Amino acid sequence: MKILVPVKRVIDYNVKVRVKSDQSGVDLANVKMSMNPFDEIAVEEAVRLKEAGTAEEIVAVSIGPEKAQDQLRQALAMGADRAILIKTEETVEPLAVAKLLKKVVEEESPELVILGKQAIDDDSNQTGQMLAALLGWAQGTFASKVNLADGKIDVTREIDGGLQTVSLKLPAIVTTDLRLNEPRYASLPNIMKAKKKPLDVKEIGDYGVDVAPRLETLKVTEPPKREAGVKVESVAELVDKLKNEAGVL
Amino acid sequence: MSLIVNRRDIDFLFYEVGDLDEILRNGSYTEFDRGSIDAVLDLAQNMAERAFLPFAGALDANEPAFDGEKVSMMPQVGEALYAFAEAGFFAAGFDQEIGGLGLPSVVCQAVQGMFACANLSVAGYSFLTVAAANLLNECGDAEQKAMFLPKMLEGKWFGTMCLSEPQAGSSLSDIKTMATPTDDGHYRITGSKMWISGGEQEISENIVHMVLAKIPGGPPGVKGISLFIVPKYRVNLDGSVGEKNNVSLIGLNHKMGYRGTTNCALNFGEAGECRGYLVGEPHQGLKYMFNMMNEARLAVGAGATMSALGGYLYSLQYARERLQGRHPGDKDPASPQIAIIEHADVKRLLMTQKAYVEGALALLYYCATLVDRQRLSTDDDERWELKLLLDILTPVAKSWPSEFCLEANKHAIQVLGGYGYTRDYPVERHYRDNRINAIHEGTHGIQGLDLLGRKVRIHDGAALKLLTAEIEKTLAAASTTVGREGEARTLKEALDQCHSTIMRISQCSDVNRALANATPFLDAFGHVVIGWMWLRLAIAAINGLESGKEADKDFYRGKIAACRFFFNYELPKTEHVFRLVGSLDDTCLTVTPESFIGE
Repeated sequence: MKILVPVKRVIDYNVKVRVKSDQSGVDLANVKMSMNPFDEIAVEEAVRLKEAGTAEEIVAVSIGPEKAQDQLRQALAMGADRAILIKTEETVEPLAVAKLLKKVVEEESPELVILGKQAIDDDSNQTGQMLAALLGWAQGTFASKVNLADGKIDVTREIDGGLQTVSLKLPAIVTTDLRLNEPRYASLPNIMKAKKKPLDVKEIGDYGVDVAPRLETLKVTEPPKREAGVKVESVAELVDKLKNEAGVL
Repeated sequence: MSLIVNRRDIDFLFYEVGDLDEILRNGSYTEFDRGSIDAVLDLAQNMAERAFLPFAGALDANEPAFDGEKVSMMPQVGEALYAFAEAGFFAAGFDQEIGGLGLPSVVCQAVQGMFACANLSVAGYSFLTVAAANLLNECGDAEQKAMFLPKMLEGKWFGTMCLSEPQAGSSLSDIKTMATPTDDGHYRITGSKMWISGGEQEISENIVHMVLAKIPGGPPGVKGISLFIVPKYRVNLDGSVGEKNNVSLIGLNHKMGYRGTTNCALNFGEAGECRGYLVGEPHQGLKYMFNMMNEARLAVGAGATMSALGGYLYSLQYARERLQGRHPGDKDPASPQIAIIEHADVKRLLMTQKAYVEGALALLYYCATLVDRQRLSTDDDERWELKLLLDILTPVAKSWPSEFCLEANKHAIQVLGGYGYTRDYPVERHYRDNRINAIHEGTHGIQGLDLLGRKVRIHDGAALKLLTAEIEKTLAAASTTVGREGEARTLKEALDQCHSTIMRISQCSDVNRALANATPFLDAFGHVVIGWMWLRLAIAAINGLESGKEADKDFYRGKIAACRFFFNYELPKTEHVFRLVGSLDDTCLTVTPESFIGE
């Protein structure tokens, strides 16, 4: 079985994000970039399936700038077999990413695509679902556990009310939630081996899909600062404030 | 921002100040390129931030305990070290032929630095193991290496260095631990050792102690000291861990800082035979140990710098966010408060830290690069020169950070004010962690004696001449760099005064008097060396400003400002010290023990 794992280069989760002064976006200059943490979980899950003998090949793919090779090399060091970078310096929205991934799926014919449920930069939480729709494949999103057997995959999903398990026919799309696994660190010898694994660099033009943005960003601002709270003397005062000041009752 | 590393600074030191690109074009280093070095640093940073940093404060508050049978400590220590071992970091700096990764020394410096800054106590176990493995690799025979090295490089067995004894610290000639030959080829070790970091723990399957001891009938003093491998558990013929080797823990020392690394009083051969295996020739132990000691001393300087970096980064972040007061010129109490980083005196506190920390870091990377160039060089003369240069810089690289980066930690506490003095913030812990560095691996005073009594004189002053020539290269570059000409002149004057001080000292026939002020000399000599480093950094920053990216301009301007700071606030201090030392002042030498309190 072949598994495709899309990974995204995002601002590191530790970085305190600053909005650019012209409100056109966030400042990425000299900021640490990393693999999207949910995608790390996706790579880890694929590697575990390979180690268990369920999968034979793992292909990592990223759509992003030249430097996204760093994240692909990390995926290779963690255990992916080869990688594809679709190079672009432009912003690509989830729909465009899904369309590009559909093309990659058609070329590579994986039986399973595992990807993060969302990227921590724009938190869209759309790519996996859109890709499933475009391919007409089954999808199991927010996976906290997967079990692959007999041509189907059982995905335990984290939903509002608790856990739900869906059984999907392959080929299928799985998006990962935080508790699916704890990703391994690459090792130094594997980092060196990753250098020698194949990494194809493609252009968006190679795929012939329309990636023009459908959204227009008007402005980007910091979230409003939280105001200091007030202490109330009694429950009656609290109810009064909720009714008359906050207007939530 | 990261609280354990400034990656931009590492890149600057690697590729703009230093020439790592050139180093990577040589010898076995050609396997690495910038991409793979970046990946190694990414891995180290991620692991240090995720597996080491989060419990540094908790480990300080919950130090290892000994119940009379076993040492226990927070499980996170073992988990972090297993992850470190699993990733191959123990073997990172060793040659590939023996199972290492062969990473350049300067890159190892950066990697180890991140772990040290994140959680010094945990990183301590790995540094000690690597140092012991280095010693074994350098001086052990084939059989010994086969038995111990692979396990140490995998991080399954840890190592220690056992030099000091309760009655013999700086004065190793007075050690009493004995090694008596047996008919079976091994030695029987008896005696006590003190201050043994990592001397006992339950994390690794075995502990390999590198022990200094005397063989009966050998020459007196340091000439009669031999080096032995003494494992905690004997090793079976198949390489597995066997029965106990009668190394017993008397107790743990309760330290001011660096608390997560056990520090032990050990007894050898108290309950039964303790086997030791002689390393190399008898009576050569101290020589072997001191070969490795240079590396250990650089590691101490690096540890000191990293503790200070931790304080610097934390206090910088705090100063940017903490709102307090207004500019002295602003008399309107209704005007909004400003972040304390806007206050000139807070900037001074931060600038002092920057100048100390980044100056020390530059020196450590410079020294590590000398190690790399020594490894790569095929020319005996060149290797000899590189070794001499490293010899004279080692006491400085050990002691200057231990003294002045501790000062930086003091300033970090000051930035946080009362909060900095509480255990709720990490800056006081960094200070306590750092305080050991002027004490272990040769005290500050010993380093002064080493520099003034030995290193500036060895081979008719050849090391000093080489260092002077290196500094003069930078002076020549600076004198033609716009804006740096004045600093070039200032450094030249300080260097000349340093030379004339050494000249005066060397003309004094009374050794006691000549060396009486060796420690102040060490500090001032260190300031000259760090001044030289800052000039190198500033020249590279000016190049960067001219040709670098727009986004890096603040970084470069900061370097130039820190260079200016060092030359205006720090380097002038040397003038007085050199004058004092050169005058052969005997105030301290002649004061009698009774005159301190009159009895």
